[in-house]
Amino acid sequence: MGLRASSEISMAGTDGTTRKNPPARQDDADRTTRTDHTNETGETDETGDTDDMDDTPVMYVQSSVAGAAKILVVGPMGVGKTTLIGTVSEIKPLSTEATMSQAGARLDTKVRPSKTTTTVALDFGRITLGGELVLYLFGTPGQQRFLPAWKDLARGALGALALVDTRDLEASFDAIGHLEDLDVPFSVAVNAFPDSKPHSEDDLRSALDLLPHTPLVICDAREHQSSVQALISLVSHLIETLTEAS
Amino acid sequence: MSSPGEERTTAAVRPYVITRGRAGSSRDALPLETLVMASGSALAPDLQPEYRRIADHCQGLLSVAEVAAHLGQPPAVVQVLLADLIDWGHIVARPPIRVVKRKRADLDLLRKVLDGLESKL
Repeated sequence: MGLRASSEISMAGTDGTTRKNPPARQDDADRTTRTDHTNETGETDETGDTDDMDDTPVMYVQSSVAGAAKILVVGPMGVGKTTLIGTVSEIKPLSTEATMSQAGARLDTKVRPSKTTTTVALDFGRITLGGELVLYLFGTPGQQRFLPAWKDLARGALGALALVDTRDLEASFDAIGHLEDLDVPFSVAVNAFPDSKPHSEDDLRSALDLLPHTPLVICDAREHQSSVQALISLVSHLIETLTEAS
Repeated sequence: MSSPGEERTTAAVRPYVITRGRAGSSRDALPLETLVMASGSALAPDLQPEYRRIADHCQGLLSVAEVAAHLGQPPAVVQVLLADLIDWGHIVARPPIRVVKRKRADLDLLRKVLDGLESKL
């Protein structure tokens, strides 16, 4: 946390004139305290999580909506998942948790095989599309130990947008690996941070070991158009894959 | 770490007391994106208050995830309570549109999503 906080300060210092909010990192970074939390007995409560009750008025889904679909937004902590979701969502992003019923952390399994539940913070938003369909976006942390929580979430998902920070490509490997393991179709969006160095698409592709047909776009998770475009690249890819297969 | 003598028999996670220990039970959990809404039928007066809170909260369509987030309850608990309310006819659900095997039927859905997203630009 300390490192991250200081990097935010320096970013705000160099770029404070144009952007009041420190870039995308903030909300995801705050979340590490919650998501690292392993709740074994229920005796320890979530820390920093007292704002669960949301005071904002409930915004119901239009009654014309006939059904819901979901897309996952995946990536490591601090990559901007919550920022992107907030940018495109019609509601203020909400936070809930996914519970891993299986033992998530290998260390715990021997000690208390039946009593390990790990909770993963799950931020989500929603977009009503065309008045008859509502799309939910679930932000899913990428670390290896969160994989069990992914299985339920990934079931029935249209696909996933994998967010990548070029300053730490390696942090995205787990998330992309999970998508491949679970056979969730995805596209990659590089969230451009102010101090990200430019990379060629070829370099990024080979570093991330992407298949040639997997789309890769650059986006700014703070900008609406850019974030919607990233989602469009994913859905276009899903359509292409289906059309080619048939 | 605890010694074996300290093993407890209480529920692993306290909120689950509300659901009488049921979570991830035989029934498949309601997907988080399932849309739910109160049917308007009268609840029994002696029903646990947690049920009432949920039913009161669902005066319009909301996803299971939103209900859980708004009420500050773990989704695993809300999923169980909602399933009961659905069984008793107090809540109606619109099951999510899910992609199962990525067949042609999904194309319509994906095109709708694409059109919808393009209209947001």
